[in-house]
Amino acid sequence: MSVLAVAGGQLLADSVISFDLGALARNFWALTIDGLTYGAIYALVAVGYTLVYGVLRLINFAHSEIFMLGMFGQYATLMLLGFGPSGNAYSEGTMMTIVYLGIAMLGGMAVAGGAAVGLERVAYRPLRKRGAPSLVFLITAIGASFVIQEFVHFVLPKLTGGTLGGVNAQQPIRLVQASDVISFANTSISNIEIVIVVSALTLAFAADVFINRTKFGRGIRAVAQDPVTATLMGVSRERIIMLTFLIGGILAGAAALLYTLRVPSGILYSGGFILGIKAFCAAVLGGIGNLRGALLGGLLLGVMELYGQALFGTEWRDVVAFVLLILVLMFRPTGILGESLGRARA
Amino acid sequence: MRRSTPRLAGMAILVTAGLVLAGCSSKSAGGETTASGSATAAGALAITPLVQVDASGKEVKSSGSSAAATPAGKGGAKCSGVSIAMAGALTGANAALGINILNGLTLAVDEHNAANPDCKVEVKQFDTEGDPQKATQVAPQIVSDTSVIGLLGPAFSGETKATGPIFNQADLLSLTASATNPGLTKNGWSNFFRGLGNDNSQGGAIASYLKDTLGYKKVCVVADDSDYGIGLAEVVTQTLGSVADSACAAKVKTGDKDFSATVQIIKDAAPDAVYYGGYYAEAAPLLSQLRSGGVTAAFASGDGSNDPEFVKQAGDAAKDAYLTCPCGPAPDAFATAYKAKFNIAPGVYSVEAYDLGTIILAGIDSGITTRSDLVKFVAGYDGVGLAKSYKWDKTGELASASTWVYQVK
Amino acid sequence: MSTETTSTVAHLGIGDRFRLWWDALARPTQWAVGVPFIVLIALLPIIKPPVLTTVGTDFAGVLAQFGMYALLAIGLNVVVGQAGLLDLGYVGFYAIGAYTVGLLTSPDSPWNQTDSWLSQKWAWLFALPIAIAITAISGLILGSPTLRLRGDYLAIVTLGFGEIVRLLADNLTTITGGGRGLSRIAYPIVGVSESRPTGYFSAGNNQAPITSGVAWFWLSIVLIIVVLLVVGNLQRSRVGRAWVAIREDEDAAEIMGVPTFKFKLWAFLIGASIGGLSGALYAGQVQFVIPTTFNIINSTLFLVAVVLGGQGNKLGVILGAFVIVYLPNFFLGRTELFGIPINGNEIANYKYLFFGLALIVLLIFRPQGLFPARQKLLAYGREVYVAARRAALALTRPTSDETTGGSR
Repeated sequence: MSVLAVAGGQLLADSVISFDLGALARNFWALTIDGLTYGAIYALVAVGYTLVYGVLRLINFAHSEIFMLGMFGQYATLMLLGFGPSGNAYSEGTMMTIVYLGIAMLGGMAVAGGAAVGLERVAYRPLRKRGAPSLVFLITAIGASFVIQEFVHFVLPKLTGGTLGGVNAQQPIRLVQASDVISFANTSISNIEIVIVVSALTLAFAADVFINRTKFGRGIRAVAQDPVTATLMGVSRERIIMLTFLIGGILAGAAALLYTLRVPSGILYSGGFILGIKAFCAAVLGGIGNLRGALLGGLLLGVMELYGQALFGTEWRDVVAFVLLILVLMFRPTGILGESLGRARA
Repeated sequence: MRRSTPRLAGMAILVTAGLVLAGCSSKSAGGETTASGSATAAGALAITPLVQVDASGKEVKSSGSSAAATPAGKGGAKCSGVSIAMAGALTGANAALGINILNGLTLAVDEHNAANPDCKVEVKQFDTEGDPQKATQVAPQIVSDTSVIGLLGPAFSGETKATGPIFNQADLLSLTASATNPGLTKNGWSNFFRGLGNDNSQGGAIASYLKDTLGYKKVCVVADDSDYGIGLAEVVTQTLGSVADSACAAKVKTGDKDFSATVQIIKDAAPDAVYYGGYYAEAAPLLSQLRSGGVTAAFASGDGSNDPEFVKQAGDAAKDAYLTCPCGPAPDAFATAYKAKFNIAPGVYSVEAYDLGTIILAGIDSGITTRSDLVKFVAGYDGVGLAKSYKWDKTGELASASTWVYQVK
Repeated sequence: MSTETTSTVAHLGIGDRFRLWWDALARPTQWAVGVPFIVLIALLPIIKPPVLTTVGTDFAGVLAQFGMYALLAIGLNVVVGQAGLLDLGYVGFYAIGAYTVGLLTSPDSPWNQTDSWLSQKWAWLFALPIAIAITAISGLILGSPTLRLRGDYLAIVTLGFGEIVRLLADNLTTITGGGRGLSRIAYPIVGVSESRPTGYFSAGNNQAPITSGVAWFWLSIVLIIVVLLVVGNLQRSRVGRAWVAIREDEDAAEIMGVPTFKFKLWAFLIGASIGGLSGALYAGQVQFVIPTTFNIINSTLFLVAVVLGGQGNKLGVILGAFVIVYLPNFFLGRTELFGIPINGNEIANYKYLFFGLALIVLLIFRPQGLFPARQKLLAYGREVYVAARRAALALTRPTSDETTGGSR
């Protein structure tokens, strides 16, 4: 264990920032696996940012709230299924747990997907019709973000009699008890981590296939590349835009369920904000507008921030993420894979 | 289009299947979906008072609330156009604490007004959102309201730091029911009184309790990044001395919900106990993640976590957790009256607000009409309230500050 | 172009009419009209006009905060509105300005200078230029590697920068005090008297008419005017023209020989120093800084002020800042409005909900903001405007294209 102090001025020498290589080396694989788990979730949310950006050149700032609504969606679904908050995890058997999780995920997807499409209709479409400058979209997105957060904060508890929303986080419903499935060296992989990474990668792969292989996907790529020509070629731009928001929302909803598996107490009106920013970072890191870039960026960000956290201390996690972003963009100004939803081979 | 139709159909089937399953399971949910292991519902757990200790962790006997002063007083007091201001976060993320205090004060004033028809005192609420700049805008408003004779607040330490000079120059009584930063009484503000023990007494008490009474040999002290959490953790670490393990002194951020790294650090250190300085919003997930991460060490935290919501959020993991508070447990009669009025159970600092409100009202009833007289009245006050006895030293700290240790059972 | 459009009856908004009238005035007349107007605004917190004044909070304090936000909006407007660089982390500069003053003058800070050679009386004034300089340097440090980035990449990098600044303030506890903040920061000690033992600017000064809030409001008005003069002159200079060129089409500007990087850096630097100035004001007024004040939400609020007011329009963004600061305070503690009973606290509680809704609705109907910027002639402007006004008046309704056209 080597503690090195980075000095900058005589007062900084008092080990203001020290780093601990030992901690990183000791837990390297555990950190990697946990980082991939987070990264997979970032990646799914990042796809939503990247698709919308690719098609509309718009940072959908409210996407983090779509994710947050997805968390509430899956939570409400679980409550409808008869689950209530409990101290311990439910034991429903592997088969049924998977079924319940699947249904909850669909619930989250439905709410998030619906909200994303609704957001597009209410907040963005009227602006598009009026040809507003791009910065205005961003501000509207911020406005929408406020509205959705405050809706869950104040209005939702009134509508649901205090069951959902409000100042406090939802009492967690735990369907899965974390247990180690695979162990090697001093590292173990839990069932939850496997579920998250596998489902996230499957969904990301499905999204990739959808964009690259289906007619709709071709439409999305066409609009991303050249909206005018695409419209002339018979692609309905409005429908494509709606579809883009829908896919982004659905994936955010799926990510929401996976995230609550990992962090059961994170269901809160303000719970999507930081994750959304991280996911946006991931999208930019990989090259915004680029689907595979979002995946790569997400995984990279997830892993690197956990390494950084082990190295410098838990409080430096977000700093590591943002510094990484700045460093990567300094050397690759359009992200690692470059921005190319449209330019990808059809 | 052709290709995606079957998928949509497949999706529809899946959804239908899901709904059918949902129907089945919700029927059986009541009996069958009990939690694994020791299947106790979280609702059965509650924060129960364990012992009252002084700053060195020694047990002190409760002074008892039988002789407590009541806001009603003797009745028949005369006054007019007098109001008590309450300043704190009433909206925003930190509103819960402010509302607890406001409710406690309102209860006291209402009881007073019912018993003293010739002295109707008004409560004026001022929302600072817990934000220092906002507080500097609110404070002049309080000071320039001539009907305000005394202030209950500010609620947080940060806003108290920012507004202290304003109230001090106006010689307006500033009686706080919740700001526990030890430095606040070192500014020479003659008008500032703290109605509860500061972080030093609370932190010292729990640290001594963990070390001496419970006999733990290794404690990990975790703190959040708030003024409150840092201050408390600092005192606990100091008092614990060599028992506090610096290798596992982790820091977390307010708003964090995932503490896997912190859990890993604590797991590696294998301590006897974990102390957390911070609020329930982080304490609850931290504790439940510690437990699911296999850490069985005892868990202790301060008044920021001493909230029914802590037990709700942490569930079974909260069992046996030690929670301290310079605030006393709400007596049954108070709790009943509070619940009847506001339709919620009294929260942290409600009792203090009620007691402090009672003291201000006693001053008003004794015929005090000026702000500076009220400050003098409080400085010389010596009496028993529902939670504890109130008597202040020259700096505005309670002469004898005791801490309650609660345990989740 | 102009002759064609005069035939169609162009509708002139109030803003346009005002602008046309104002631009046609001679410089001395502009001063003669402007100065009394500014004096009137400065007297607002003393007059406390019935409906306009705030109930739950100190009107002067609110206006002092407005002054700081107005400076922020002007500074951010240089970056976003004039040079077209999207900056989501502007709060970082505000924080650096405030923390510089805090670190130099707070007794909690290890770098406190007030107990040695720097007298308490002059400490704030001494720290002010240092704060501006340090923020400018930080703008340079952030800008030089990242200004190569375009549009949205720059946006996320600046957002990251803003967060890094806040997290540094939060994490470097031995220097900044972390979440405990820095208290007892120095403020200008002016006008010490019997009734004001700590001077006009002390938070403790609550002696009407010139309370602490009024003093800070007046100081910020003076600084706003100075900053507006500097920024206005820059805007009319080669630098301003370069900014417009970069904003409209960076590639074209580069090809036409505008050193775009250099001018973008200039914009960043000037924007940053104005942010630092505002931060220094904040530190002096509140005399206490903590990291939570400088979160991303506030950063987006500044941007909202700029876009709401009308990006590129210096006076518009000041009004945007006014809306941001004033509206939530307006409802706080209010129990009736024009005789209609309202629950102001409830409304204030929902402020972000209404705020968001208002933002969406407003921008759908006025995407250019409340007071959109218009392209202006930078040289020989007044002569042209006088002529244009004459023409406009002659045609009663129609107008010429120089003034209303060019809206992007």
